[in-house]
Amino acid sequence: MLHYSIPVSLWKFLLNTPDYAIDVRDLNKYFGDKHVVKNLSLQVGRGEIVGFLGPNGSGKTTAIRMMCGLLTPDSGEGHCLGYNIATQSDAIKREVGYMTQKFSYWEDLSIRENLDFVARVYELANRKHVVDEALETLGLTSRSSQLARSLSGGWKQRLALAACMLRHPKLLLLDEPTAGVDPSARRDFWEELHELASKGVSVLISTHYMDEAERCHKLAYIAYGNLLAQGSAKNIIQTQGLSTYEIRGENLMDISKFLERHEAIEQTVIFGTTLHVSGKNPQAIETLLEGQNFAPIPTSLEDVFIYLMKQTQDNFGDESV
Amino acid sequence: MFNAFSFSRWWGIIIKEFLQLKRDRVTFAMMVGIPIIQLALFGFAINTDPKHLPTAVVSYDKSEFTRTLISAMQTSQYYAIDTHYTTPNDAQDALKKGKILFILTIPADFTQKLLRGEKPSLLLEADATDPVTVSTALLSIEGIATQVAKKDLTGALAGFANLQKPFDVRIHRLYNPNGINQYNIIPGLMGTLMTMTLTMMTALAITRERERGTMENLLATPARPLEIMTGKIIPYVFIGLLQATLILCASYFVFNVPFNGSIILAYGVALLFIVVNLTIGITISSLAQNMLQALQLTIFYFLPSIMLSGFMFPFSGMPTWAQHVGELLPLTYFNRLIRGVVLKGNDFAALWPNMWPLMLICLLTMILAVKFYKKTLD
Repeated sequence: MLHYSIPVSLWKFLLNTPDYAIDVRDLNKYFGDKHVVKNLSLQVGRGEIVGFLGPNGSGKTTAIRMMCGLLTPDSGEGHCLGYNIATQSDAIKREVGYMTQKFSYWEDLSIRENLDFVARVYELANRKHVVDEALETLGLTSRSSQLARSLSGGWKQRLALAACMLRHPKLLLLDEPTAGVDPSARRDFWEELHELASKGVSVLISTHYMDEAERCHKLAYIAYGNLLAQGSAKNIIQTQGLSTYEIRGENLMDISKFLERHEAIEQTVIFGTTLHVSGKNPQAIETLLEGQNFAPIPTSLEDVFIYLMKQTQDNFGDESV
Repeated sequence: MFNAFSFSRWWGIIIKEFLQLKRDRVTFAMMVGIPIIQLALFGFAINTDPKHLPTAVVSYDKSEFTRTLISAMQTSQYYAIDTHYTTPNDAQDALKKGKILFILTIPADFTQKLLRGEKPSLLLEADATDPVTVSTALLSIEGIATQVAKKDLTGALAGFANLQKPFDVRIHRLYNPNGINQYNIIPGLMGTLMTMTLTMMTALAITRERERGTMENLLATPARPLEIMTGKIIPYVFIGLLQATLILCASYFVFNVPFNGSIILAYGVALLFIVVNLTIGITISSLAQNMLQALQLTIFYFLPSIMLSGFMFPFSGMPTWAQHVGELLPLTYFNRLIRGVVLKGNDFAALWPNMWPLMLICLLTMILAVKFYKKTLD
């Protein structure tokens, strides 16, 4: 018996299965003279959940829209599920599930009618069965004739996800899907996401919630159009090299204002009865905090992001002037 | 103290409204532009005393006298002699198609009989589907005839000229013998009503999606522009056919307008007109940024349609440039078509010259709509 040894990379080439679900390089987008996305390069592996984070107006939505063919990049190139984002947007639209930031299903259609519409537009076989199944999974079978308008925020978001998942896309682009959704519904939502990821679905999800960021396999942090950090949560925290201390006591506001003036302190945040102080030089901070009731604590993702955001504000914030 | 009317609150609202008005450039431009454009358009174009109405002459008697008569009609400015149609068949056909409004028939022995004092007759047939258009011209013909008689019948014939009437002009008001204005108004109203309602419905179709935020979702689906646009048109086609049915029934049963043509052809031209208007609406929808703009554009299209299409004012009475503008409007053709079917009983061949322009308009606007339809959110 003969054994042929074919290199893995060749196999992948032959089978046309790219390593990444999303692989974009140097994407740029201008709105008028505003440079909204700057040289964005981003990779999302198969079965990976990547969190897309950044302050409001940082270009997350624009970046996602470019990836699913709703906006044309001014420069740069890339692939989604192996399709070129510039030339094959029709194929991308067919195979990528995109969930808009604002609920964008038809409020004057019932839940079932919305799903029926999606099934028809994507030419799904066995439409009735597919829709029934989705309603069953959603637990909305008994309310399927209710108008989408009458659903609460959390249910609307679940309906949108169900509509997205109707055709079992291999890549989900979710633009702040959990904004305004209560914690338990968000937890359910994330459980579903992880289940999908375990089946090989790749997910790019933008969010402002830190607990959600921590549930992602990888994170990408974007501010003012610049990608500032990319990697696992742990990795991102480590690379910024911040030390954080917790102070307990009275007059935290005054202490905070006093500390912020010092160079060694990068930022201070009040959490109820405690004050978090972060900086790059632990010795300097400890000298400064002499006499206070303080203790070192692990730097959180939120500390790092706020730090990153402040850095960029200093560097890019006055660019528009 | 409770302040019933606060000047500063009031002023705040005024400032806010002015600022918002300033931001909405398109609305502002339309508020100023529409009146100016339409004033210029209608001010010069509309004429309730139509002149230069196309007339065919079928003459079996070419004498000095008949030539004078024809040139007198020409100089009266009411009649414009069209020399293309000289045989009775050609002339009747042209009248049916609406290319001419009058046929003057001069019998073979007209001059002879006139000279013998036998009081011969001329036949003037008029397309009376729109009685307003032809009425002044018809009134003037008697005067022209007497004048010609007085001027031309001199010498030995002067005696005839002094007779009250040396010859007769028999007037046949075709298609609407009693000159009932409703016969013209009701079918005309059909096109006007459908233009307004149908165009508006589809003009809002895409802008509504855009304003509600569902457009992003629709764009993210693999649906093609042509699928989306024609798909949005179809339901309104049925509404349009329902409207046509209601108006045709009202026309026949309530207003007693005679129905001389084929019901199938009536629905055929109605269907064509419905599709044209829906297509124009969807084009407006892909051009407009929001629902308000779409409505303004609809009105911008609607006003010339009622003014210049021959519905409200006689088409033949308009200056040539205005007639050319009118020929760009679907309602102009539909008015001719529906009057042709309902009042004249026209067959397909007679309707065709006014049908293909509608098809052409439909095709061109659809191309325009697809071209302007934004496949992305750019």
